[in-house]
Amino acid sequence: MHNTINTINTINTIQPELTSKVIKEKVKKNIVVDVKNLAAYFGKTKVLKEINLPVPRNKILAIIGPSGCGKSTFLRCINRMHEVVGGTMTGEILFDGKHIMKYDPVQLRRKIGMVFQKPNPFPTMSIFNNVVAGLRLNGVRNKKKLSVIVEQSLKQVALWDEVKDSLQDSGINISGGQQQRLCIARAIAVQPEVILMDEPASALDPISTAKIEELLYELKKNYTIVIVTHNMQQAARVSDLTAFLYMGELIEFDKTSKIFTNPALKQTEDYISGRFG
Amino acid sequence: MEFNLLRRKVNNYVILSLTFIAAAITVLPLLFIFYYTISKGITYLSLDFFINMPKPVGEVGGGMANAIVGTLILIGIGSAIGLPVGIMTGIYLADFGRNKLGKVVGFLTDVLSGIPSIVVGVVAYTLVVIPMRHFSAFAGGIALAILMIPTITRTTEEMIKLVPDSFREAGLALGIPKWKTSVNIVLRSAWKGIATGILLGLARVAGETAPLLFTALGNRFWSTKIFQPIASLTVYIYDYAKSPFSEWNQQAWTASLVLIILISLISLLFKFLTRSKYKSR
Repeated sequence: MHNTINTINTINTIQPELTSKVIKEKVKKNIVVDVKNLAAYFGKTKVLKEINLPVPRNKILAIIGPSGCGKSTFLRCINRMHEVVGGTMTGEILFDGKHIMKYDPVQLRRKIGMVFQKPNPFPTMSIFNNVVAGLRLNGVRNKKKLSVIVEQSLKQVALWDEVKDSLQDSGINISGGQQQRLCIARAIAVQPEVILMDEPASALDPISTAKIEELLYELKKNYTIVIVTHNMQQAARVSDLTAFLYMGELIEFDKTSKIFTNPALKQTEDYISGRFG
Repeated sequence: MEFNLLRRKVNNYVILSLTFIAAAITVLPLLFIFYYTISKGITYLSLDFFINMPKPVGEVGGGMANAIVGTLILIGIGSAIGLPVGIMTGIYLADFGRNKLGKVVGFLTDVLSGIPSIVVGVVAYTLVVIPMRHFSAFAGGIALAILMIPTITRTTEEMIKLVPDSFREAGLALGIPKWKTSVNIVLRSAWKGIATGILLGLARVAGETAPLLFTALGNRFWSTKIFQPIASLTVYIYDYAKSPFSEWNQQAWTASLVLIILISLISLLFKFLTRSKYKSR
């Protein structure tokens, strides 16, 4: 113990540049997903052009931009769903410091969950089984454990009180907003580090949307969230950081407050104020 | 103007009548089949027919217990081989074989479904009966399996393709391996449609006679042995219907009726087994 303190003192007094290296390490550790020079393709069409974007832990990053600018593709690169539809990518995406291509895609997707635009609970499964689908199909059979996780996950998405008496009913007999929260519960039941959301509220009514937004705020404590949205107000309300994509290029990336009050580029300002896009 | 209106009405009436007549022609044979099998077959339809063995010519009564059990065994063997192969080929074609090999397999499946059943019987005879040196239920089952595979493969494929990609993506995004997603999520969502395909396949082979003549042969006696010749309703219908004895001709009608009842029962059972757990709103 004494030795350690001594060592740190020594470092501090004698080698200050080493301390800054320690801080750098710490900052680096705080970046959960680090996108470097990412380019994505569908066949020969380049849909993302050299994107550089660090995603800090326990923050909400909003990706905004007009339709077809590559927002969804960007999201799908992170959990390697881009390759499922036949896309390819170059560059690097580091997840916890390791290139995502070095992970097994199945393992990677357990760590990086995804919520889709349209609620898609499994129609043949009950609400209970929907929540634990990811766990059950990966071999978790302990019923007690599964019940605990179902309750936890549904409470985290504020759905528990609404469905606790109908856990054995079909997952598609609840309202669209409830279905989407069920899908979020399903994503967090496997305890990922990052949750990717592809316009999770765009198919929902304003009240359900408000509920999802409230939820994001809660989820931030435990997860890092990357959310694609068309809704500028939503991005301004929920996110800590905002990235503006246009035609496959990252135009501007900054704190949300900065982007929405004092963007560096005129193009960003024009888009968020509705002058184009 | 007036003339055009009249002409249009007449045209409409003519076409409508034609479609109605065609629809009637479609349904009519079914009605005849039901009418004749029920009216002629009902004479011998009793519990005796189900539990007794065939009697020799001249003796009154007797049943076809061995043929009923034989048909069930043959369908059983056929399904045991044909269902897994057919369903898995369907999964392959829909979820994994979206490439050249898949296209070739799909095409060959279509060719197979067009092969006359008697040819399949001859092939099963060459492949199974000759090496084993005797006719057997097993050989019959193989012939039936070959006949049901294309139907089941194609329906499974079509039904799986109808499942929206969003479920596949949801499964993959949860970190569920692809094959587990296919089996546990996609196949389960498509299950109802696949069950209909299985049913069509089963109904088709349950009525097959030609391929059984060379393979299962038939048997006058009680046998449930897989590697021995076995009786079946269809072969009995064939033998009894062409026999000169009116008693046997009557029993052929009853056997036909029993076969239809059997197939209906199987489809009811399937409907029951594949019913949805949840009420749809």
